[in-house]
Amino acid sequence: MTALSLRDVRKNFGPTEIIRGVSLDIAPGERHCIIGPNGAGKTTCFNLISGRFPISSGEILLNDQRIDTLPPHKINRLGLSRSFQITSIFHRLSVFENLRCALLWSRGYRYSFWSPLWRQKALNEAAEHLLEELNLAARRDILAGLLSYAEQRALEIGMTIAGGASVILLDEPTAGMSNTETDYAMALIRRVTQGKTLLMVEHDMKVVFDLADTITVLVYGQVIASGPPEAVRANRAVQEAYLGALEE
Amino acid sequence: MKSRWLILVLIAAAIALPWGFYDWSHHRHDGFLISVLSQTGMMIVLALSYNMLLGQAGLFSLCHATFFGIGGYAMVHFLNAAGHDELPVPMEIMPLLAGLSGLGLAILFGAMATKQRATAFAMITLGIGELMATAALMFHHFFGGEGGVTTDRMIDNSVFGLTYASGIQVYYLIVAWTLIAVALMYFLTLTPLGRMANATRDNYERAQFIGYDPRMVRFIQFALSGFFAGIGGGLYAITYEIVTFDALAAPLSANALLMAYIGGTTVFGGPILGAILITLLQSGVSLLSNSWLVYVGVMFIGMVIFAPSGLAGIIQAHGPIQRAGRLGRLTVPYLRLVLPALALLLGFVGLVELMSFLTIGAAQGKKLILFGNPIDVHATVPWVVSSVSLVVGGTWLRFEAAVFHRVWERLSAEVSR
Repeated sequence: MTALSLRDVRKNFGPTEIIRGVSLDIAPGERHCIIGPNGAGKTTCFNLISGRFPISSGEILLNDQRIDTLPPHKINRLGLSRSFQITSIFHRLSVFENLRCALLWSRGYRYSFWSPLWRQKALNEAAEHLLEELNLAARRDILAGLLSYAEQRALEIGMTIAGGASVILLDEPTAGMSNTETDYAMALIRRVTQGKTLLMVEHDMKVVFDLADTITVLVYGQVIASGPPEAVRANRAVQEAYLGALEE
Repeated sequence: MKSRWLILVLIAAAIALPWGFYDWSHHRHDGFLISVLSQTGMMIVLALSYNMLLGQAGLFSLCHATFFGIGGYAMVHFLNAAGHDELPVPMEIMPLLAGLSGLGLAILFGAMATKQRATAFAMITLGIGELMATAALMFHHFFGGEGGVTTDRMIDNSVFGLTYASGIQVYYLIVAWTLIAVALMYFLTLTPLGRMANATRDNYERAQFIGYDPRMVRFIQFALSGFFAGIGGGLYAITYEIVTFDALAAPLSANALLMAYIGGTTVFGGPILGAILITLLQSGVSLLSNSWLVYVGVMFIGMVIFAPSGLAGIIQAHGPIQRAGRLGRLTVPYLRLVLPALALLLGFVGLVELMSFLTIGAAQGKKLILFGNPIDVHATVPWVVSSVSLVVGGTWLRFEAAVFHRVWERLSAEVSR
């Protein structure tokens, strides 16, 4: 069984093919990183998996179930959650409300307009607990839009895992962070994705080789290598296409 | 909580006000006051229900009067049926039926409109509004054409044995239903749906990726807002016993927008302030001046430019300074704004009124009277005085506003430290 698999997925915008036949199998509990030069189609890949854009051909399966025809919210309900490269939170709601919103669907509240939120004890405790876990308890009632950048990223990771999804997609979670912030964010990600399947796009090679069980290298919409970090590091084609260029 | 006191004061005022102007020698209520207060009640419901869309869900609807109007028309037919003993529903429950009519129509139109976002949504609602306004003139059987439909509210069926012959009885019915509607709408803001409406307003995409279908959130919110607008329309029909196409046409939709925006869309109670203010202007200033709409329009533009969070937003902005106990430091800067603002206002009002009396007023044979003195609109002096007052007041106000701004910034910085 695979947690997530892509089978010959293709995507074209107009006449240009951006994703040119990507196949991937990610085992449950695996920490999988996608790397590749700018414009390789990493984020597009995420957008296809999470249902943000429809695919042109191929198949995407989540826990052996086809998801490539579903809208994003249905994919999310099946247990796949994602974060965005550009922070995506509810900026005019408080930090606490952001987390509570992220918990609502998975706890079965649906579109309820009859259950007052203040009386949902378990829900509120879960949101408070998440606040603690993210180290944002002191910022509880501040509007999310007023948080610092690193705090917003932490909040988004919290919202991404809140619903208890089994497959987590993180799109460059440490982009634009200082070294200390990156270390902190990575520790947080390790902690909150314990036991979950993690698929991550990342540019920071130190982070990637530290974290990943498997690395996939994407160049011009095609997978040129995929395997354990050592194998990818030793791979000739990768060195030429990507890593070599970085070390120059 | 301060706001709790404010609510109690408002409710007490709503109940007590008619008695403050009671004519004890003739045992009569002040009819004008009662009618203004009744109007205020239904406008509060309209403005708040509109803000369920604009402020809370970020939906810019241009057809909100449609649901208010349909509530009104339906109410007329319900009352007529009740008058013929065909509908055994007491008067006190009737507004609920009007609300359900609004809900029904909002479900239909909401299903169409909420499939789209932003500009497309606004366009569709504009179309719906025009469609309904046209329908009101075409389908005489239900809408009564240009003359509208009339009814008699004395249906002789009341839980409390009231006849609703007098305005004061109707007024208290309106107060009760306004309170119910406001309380329910406030409750909604505290439920998962209400919170997700805020969430889809802030970030449509993020809402999808936490499992919600934002279109469904908006659809339900739209339908519920139609329910409350329908209640408002029902109260309208009971009060006036006639409903014409004014009750669902575009100007009323625009009015809902004005009230919500001027009052403040970011605070729940904002539209209440807006509804009170606009209704007072409408009934007060419209007696004094032909040009009252000009003033409302200019006020709206002023709010959009200088205070996009509305009156409630302005009040709220004082919160941190007040909590720090430094509100007193704003007294002098505020007082310094008064004179130039008055000069600007005088100049502007003067010019508008002079122009208005030169054209419309002359046609109506009216004379412009200021402070008891008739003014000759053809003389040069009043025009010069007004223009100078406008220019000097404006320039002076800009200067004082800059001073005020500096004090405000300094205080805010001190307080946030």
